[in-house]
Amino acid sequence: MPEFDVVELEPTDHIEPGETAPDFTRPLVTDEFWEDRSLAGLVDGRTVLVFTPMIGSFVAKYVWDELADRGWLDRDERFVGVTASTPYGVSRFLDENDLPVGIVADPANEVADDYGLAHDLDGMAGVSEPRLAFVVLDADRAVEAIWVADEWPEFPNYDELESELGLD
Amino acid sequence: MSEQPSTDGEPTITFYRLQACPFCERVTRSLKEHGLEYRSRFVEPLHSRRDVVKRVAGVRTVPAIVDHKTGVTMAESANIVDYLESTYGGEDVDSATPAGAAADAGGED
Repeated sequence: MPEFDVVELEPTDHIEPGETAPDFTRPLVTDEFWEDRSLAGLVDGRTVLVFTPMIGSFVAKYVWDELADRGWLDRDERFVGVTASTPYGVSRFLDENDLPVGIVADPANEVADDYGLAHDLDGMAGVSEPRLAFVVLDADRAVEAIWVADEWPEFPNYDELESELGLD
Repeated sequence: MSEQPSTDGEPTITFYRLQACPFCERVTRSLKEHGLEYRSRFVEPLHSRRDVVKRVAGVRTVPAIVDHKTGVTMAESANIVDYLESTYGGEDVDSATPAGAAADAGGED
């Protein structure tokens, strides 16, 4: 019997391929500054939204490290993070990890909620954050593919993910 | 154009600012008074983490603005407020008002 619990997450009614990803405007944080950007304005080609738990969690760290190590952040697709941290937290994370990417700072977690990807943190009243998810959008913001964690924690098999999301 | 500027379009002015910095708020007020569209870029409190401001404006202090309409880049709140007034103050404003008149020590943070 395992001595640890991998918690199964509740099923969610998240966005599905074929739907248009809801537009939103939030601060997009890079390691230099943050400014309001709309998703509609950001998407000018194939785009991968990467929803992660809060910055500071090992989940967020592992995911961004993996994407950088695999060279995915240098691909033609544009990778855009979404998380429920403050811009300051995101900014320092990007700086410390030398990540050439922008992450949307949404402390209220409304974007993840809107996409059906919110996760209320057990034992921390009032804290909601995205569950780990990858959403591939075409140039018109139509969802092409999506991978959503349904365990806590769960990391994708990145090799499989690459083909599931049509990134290979 | 909507009152709330779209940051994805091309607002007239890019405004580098620091959260809760009074010198920056002075510029904010002036931008609003003149009905100017601006794109806010918030930067870090640490000067060492303000490479973008250094690159754009030559200094690491904020506020700093880039006016895409005139090509002017400027730092220090007193200078910026004077510039906005003389550039966008309207016809009834005496453009000959000496800039020095309002130039209490150049605000910066």
